[in-house]
Amino acid sequence: MTTILSIRNLRKSYADGFEALKGVSLDIEEGEILALLGPNGAGKTTLISTVCGITTPTSGSVTVGGHDIQTEFRAARKMIGLVPQEIALEPFEKVWNTVRFSRGLFGHGSDNARIEEILRKLSLWDKRRNSIKELSGGMKRRVLIAKALAHEPRVLFLDEPTAGVDVELRKDMWEIVAELKLAGVTIILTTHYIEEAEAIADRVGVIDKGELLLVQDKDTLMAQMGKKQIEVMLTEPVSTIPESLSEHNLTLNGAGDSLIYTYDTHADRTGITTLLNDVAQAGLVLRDVQTRQSSLEEIFVNLVSGEPA
Amino acid sequence: MNWSAIAAIYRFEMARFFRTLAQSFLSPVLSTSLYFVVFGTAIGSRIQEIEGVSYGAFIVPGLIMLSVVMLSISNASFGIYFPKFLGTIYELLSAPINFIEIVIGYVGAAATKALFVGLVILATATFFVDIRIEHPFAMAAFLILSCLSFSLLGFIVGIWAGNFEQMSLVPQLVVTPLIFLGGTFYSISMLPPLWQTITLFNPVVYLISGFRWSFYGIADVPIFWSLLAILAFTGICLAIIGWIFKTGWRIRS
Repeated sequence: MTTILSIRNLRKSYADGFEALKGVSLDIEEGEILALLGPNGAGKTTLISTVCGITTPTSGSVTVGGHDIQTEFRAARKMIGLVPQEIALEPFEKVWNTVRFSRGLFGHGSDNARIEEILRKLSLWDKRRNSIKELSGGMKRRVLIAKALAHEPRVLFLDEPTAGVDVELRKDMWEIVAELKLAGVTIILTTHYIEEAEAIADRVGVIDKGELLLVQDKDTLMAQMGKKQIEVMLTEPVSTIPESLSEHNLTLNGAGDSLIYTYDTHADRTGITTLLNDVAQAGLVLRDVQTRQSSLEEIFVNLVSGEPA
Repeated sequence: MNWSAIAAIYRFEMARFFRTLAQSFLSPVLSTSLYFVVFGTAIGSRIQEIEGVSYGAFIVPGLIMLSVVMLSISNASFGIYFPKFLGTIYELLSAPINFIEIVIGYVGAAATKALFVGLVILATATFFVDIRIEHPFAMAAFLILSCLSFSLLGFIVGIWAGNFEQMSLVPQLVVTPLIFLGGTFYSISMLPPLWQTITLFNPVVYLISGFRWSFYGIADVPIFWSLLAILAFTGICLAIIGWIFKTGWRIRS
């Protein structure tokens, strides 16, 4: 894999002393989808804005395809496409013209075939002669993506692409992202929705208070940090956990009819067999058994709150 | 130079102009006609010739300048303020273009629109009065330089403005009085000596005087000073824009 985006010790401080980014370092591989998770004000948009040239960094460096974003800004920015968080479009402009404008802005001549291809891919072809103000919110988001893709970027930033959109459109967006990945575009998206990161990302980065807490392969992250629980449901409720089961560190649910056992899926011995034997020997009769794995959302909440997962 | 980007901005801005071509064309024709009716016919009939030029013809260069200056400022300030207001400026800031290219695109388009309106007013005026242009090249140079320099000023106003009220503040409270007191409708030689001296501190006097000289060969101040004034004004605007670019003032956080 080739590193297409390299961020080194990136800092951003404002005049009032607020530090939006506190030395963020990150490498992004070509063709991957990285989801940046973080609460409001974590620094996600500042990070994207700095890489894209909208915000000037206080210190640190960023290279895109080996080009420094400050000293070789033209070459670096040509490789980047940005879909902003807010819908920012000229309301009276036609869809076709606004996409053509974006292409020209990035130094490309008007290529009607290419613009048509983008508009068709994003289901905007029928709306090409419409003014932006005539479009629905979902269509406007598609126009933003079309504008970002107009100059054929190799790296695409999607800042909260599905914020405030309905479920159907969100699924559409995921499909668009998957198609772009197939076309070889590297995608960095910020999101509040953990399910979004779980569904489409290859790697997940968690950012909070201007610091990158971790960046990890999504599956590895879930496997490493995700705890698994087994719930042993009893036919008859108990008031306390029998003394013979004390070494298993069980918890009893409120109704007293379920025992919860937490274990590490990667340990040599999970202790499930011993537990079930001990439960039977304690004279308890099982009604059912079910397992549950912690979601990325729980991992994220635990990381941000500083508690172990 | 990213010429594609300059062309894209220019075309985008001109498209806005062409969307409202009827208003762009009719508005100056109507306002110029009104000025001629009110100043040229009603008041002008009571004023004798000024330095051998009929009053109606005398005010033509001032009328053109009045519209050109106001439109240059409003076109350019609106052009750059609107993306700030809508949030679409993110695209300009993240594109592989520098500020010089952004200025050429926006100021070029604003100046073109103002120039078009200036020529429309000139054409309209010919229906009311006899106009002669003694120095056509100087007239074209003054007109184009005025369009460019006040578009640069408008660009600065658009960058500075935080809301629509602020955007109209400079044209209404600063530029309009300067134009009306700058000899648009009179020769400053008609003023008492003290006011003549005070008026010489008004930069618009030099602009209108020079422009009028290119029409009729008459001027309130020497043509050299007029040329120097417009060049100095352009230079100051460019210097301010250069500083804005360097610091990212009101554009880039």
